[in-house]
Amino acid sequence: MTQIIDKQSKSALQEAFLRYFENSEKLKEPASSFLYELRKNAIHSFEQSGLPGHKHEEYKYTPITRALDKNFDSQDLSLEEVPNPDLLARIKPWLLTNIDANIVVFINGQFSQEHSKIVSSPQDMILKPLSQAFIENKELVEQHFAKQASIESDAFVALNTAFAQEGLFLHVPKGKVVDKPVLVYFINDTTQRRVIVQPRNLYLIGENSQVDLAESFYTVGENPGYQNIVSEIVVAQHAIANYYKIEIEGQQAYHTGTTQVQQAAQSLFNATTVSLSGAMVRNNLNIALDAEHCETHMFGLYMLDQHTHVDNHTIVDHRLPNSFSNELYKGIMDDHSRGVFNGKIYVRPGAQKTNAFQSNMNILLTDDASIDTKPQLEIWADDVKCSHGATTGQIDAEQLFYLRTRGLKKEQARAILLKAFADDVIQNIKVKPLREQLEHIIAARLEKNYQL
Amino acid sequence: MSKDNKILEEFTKSDYKYGFESNIESDSAPKGLNEDIIRFISSKKEEPAWLLEWRLKAYHHWLTMVEPRWPNVKFPAINYQDIIYYAAPKQKAKPKSLDEVDPELLDTFKKLGISLEEQKRLTGVAVDAVLDSVSVATTFKEKLADLGIIFCSFSEAVHKHPELVKKYMGSVVPISDNYFAALNSAVFSDGSFCYIPKGVRCPMELSTYFRINAANTGQFERTLIIAEEGSYVSYLEGCTAPMRDENQLHAAVVELYAAKDAEIKYSTVQNWYPGDREGRGGIYNFVTKRGICAGERSKISWTQVETGSAITWKYPSCILKGDHSVGEFYSVAVTNNRQQADTGTKMIHLGKNTRSRIVSKGVSAGRSQNSYRGLVRVAKRADNARNFSQCDSLLMGDQCGAHTFPYIESDNKTAQIEHEATTSKIGEDQIFYCNQRGIADEDAIALIVNGYCKEVLNQLPMEFAVEAQKLLALTLEGSVG
Repeated sequence: MTQIIDKQSKSALQEAFLRYFENSEKLKEPASSFLYELRKNAIHSFEQSGLPGHKHEEYKYTPITRALDKNFDSQDLSLEEVPNPDLLARIKPWLLTNIDANIVVFINGQFSQEHSKIVSSPQDMILKPLSQAFIENKELVEQHFAKQASIESDAFVALNTAFAQEGLFLHVPKGKVVDKPVLVYFINDTTQRRVIVQPRNLYLIGENSQVDLAESFYTVGENPGYQNIVSEIVVAQHAIANYYKIEIEGQQAYHTGTTQVQQAAQSLFNATTVSLSGAMVRNNLNIALDAEHCETHMFGLYMLDQHTHVDNHTIVDHRLPNSFSNELYKGIMDDHSRGVFNGKIYVRPGAQKTNAFQSNMNILLTDDASIDTKPQLEIWADDVKCSHGATTGQIDAEQLFYLRTRGLKKEQARAILLKAFADDVIQNIKVKPLREQLEHIIAARLEKNYQL
Repeated sequence: MSKDNKILEEFTKSDYKYGFESNIESDSAPKGLNEDIIRFISSKKEEPAWLLEWRLKAYHHWLTMVEPRWPNVKFPAINYQDIIYYAAPKQKAKPKSLDEVDPELLDTFKKLGISLEEQKRLTGVAVDAVLDSVSVATTFKEKLADLGIIFCSFSEAVHKHPELVKKYMGSVVPISDNYFAALNSAVFSDGSFCYIPKGVRCPMELSTYFRINAANTGQFERTLIIAEEGSYVSYLEGCTAPMRDENQLHAAVVELYAAKDAEIKYSTVQNWYPGDREGRGGIYNFVTKRGICAGERSKISWTQVETGSAITWKYPSCILKGDHSVGEFYSVAVTNNRQQADTGTKMIHLGKNTRSRIVSKGVSAGRSQNSYRGLVRVAKRADNARNFSQCDSLLMGDQCGAHTFPYIESDNKTAQIEHEATTSKIGEDQIFYCNQRGIADEDAIALIVNGYCKEVLNQLPMEFAVEAQKLLALTLEGSVG
């Protein structure tokens, strides 16, 4: 009876992380620093849980640990910067530099002053690297840092917390409406070597304020790159935050990301996650509705081809009465790609009058593509209205026929229908240049695939 | 106090009506589980050597397994050495007809409201009654035998039709399938066996009643139904258990095999003792049920009404192997007080043009937890597979929970899968509507719950539908009239 069935051997990378943490000078904090305890607890928690194996319920369909072990080793943890003169030319098509927006660029986890451009005034918004905020905005950071994202719930959050050094700190003070969006680019440059980075962001959206915020992830280069990112977002009372996560990574890019949101009363939070490529991508979007009358919208699009594997996990935690949440995730799987969706609506005891809706729609284009979806409801209160729906199928034959009777070629008709399918999500992006850029990329891909 | 709360309060006062214990002397094995116990069971039942070997193999495999912890239920650890694995009612000789059966035994059935004579005479249902571990009476046997249908206890089948048992036992639920299936395979006591030959349409509903009787006996039933090419059978299973303080383990295995063009309809009404309102006692119902649509155009349909058990944990599944085969699952699960239910189904689409339909209705009241957990998997070559799932939950009271865990896995582009789930409480407008027409609150709730479950209850054979409706009313007595 005492025999343990789990034959999975320990991950080598996990050991490497633990060893590196022990020996790293950079991660040694003075015992007086608030980071000291945080790092200690986080690495302890990581050591306890370990990287999730294939038996882990939350990582059942995404063998991320195996993939990381295969592609990375202990040497990739220490980063010496190798300057890359071509980089600017290669990322230029991605960067929306010629628009009136705040641009913040991180290259291999380091803040790049050279590529960044901050146009909003410091009165409207504080925008700075986290390492700087640790010193200059100590009080705010200590109050919120690592308070939302739980190191117990996910090994990757624990890992990130232990290694957190750089990222973006954003603070919108009370009553400020930031009219210029904030576009944050996380660029992995793997042209010379493999790269592992762990950015850590803290966004504080003050009372009665409003902001548009986009995180974009790109990988340049042919070597494998891995980003393990955690963003914590605190939305205060009456605040409005629009959050976008855009992933256009290479075929060698691995990504695990957790976006942890906490909402105060009467706040509104809109999230749109768009994943277009990567080797293996895992997004956790966890939203805690920690007060009454919160409103949340989550949109997601995963449009995949080749061997891309994208896993979207979302949790909406209704903790108090009278909140509303709405979720729509759509997936198109082409070639050998694999989509995973797991959406959880959690209604705590006492969270009466909750209204929650969730929908997941998938289209499989080839027999080699697959989708695993698991929409979940966990309801502990009775006076609620919660529902979810999930569909998996192919393009509707009647719609196809309708377009063909109007003289469109079959391929054209398919492309139009797929574009319309994706548009339901894309149209929720309120930052126009960003939306147009994505529309362009999607149109180009459809054109290529259907030889229009 | 709101009306709902008052209603619920009244509801908790309703007692389990089937709680009594019949004093039939049991011929039991000592407590505990080891190789000797398995040999004891096997020799008691005068089993052939191959079956003993099979049991031992399952036992050794079971030793290497660990109890699964993933279901959404909580219970204290089970001490497997504290269970009596075999208890047979003592009888002088095997009865040849009903008259020879122990009158006290027959009385037990009467109390349950399933008097054998009554059923035999009035309903035309052939009942294979299983009291504890040995089946005591089988009716209508000759009539069925004329058609070539074999309907007997599992032990009898082992003796009379070893080739059939050997061929199909463990073919749908292998001994290594899961922890409780392995346990069952090692120690199973008795059960029902049913064989429908080619082209025969079984003229009556086959039915068996299970009943855990002696104290501290685990019940390990094993049912095997084989429907040959072009045949049809409808099988009913009903369960009640007397009131008892300790938790009792029930780990049954049901295997269905449908050949080409065959159809099996399997209906269950489960009303084991659910424990008292503090959650003391009650049955642990950990059942493995699975059917395989092996041939083309075969069909398996599961219908279940689950109102009892402290913990229910079962997933009647269909493996849709044959092209054009159909799987169906209709379920009503009602939990109250501190009952926990984690139930659902698995539809594995392997063949082309296979279809499945899932309708699950959960009602939770009191402090109970009710989960739906289902899997729909479409394999790569299952072209044009089609699935529709609907899982609704109804909450009554603010301390209960309703959860939905659907897993949908598709590897085929032509598959069409739809899933929808809702959770809500009975609408005040619905009650108001009834009130307007002079229907009192309690009657209104009964009406609404009945309507809510109608889609499933309609799938039950007549005799069961009536009983199921009664059970539903009984379980929610005081709360829904």
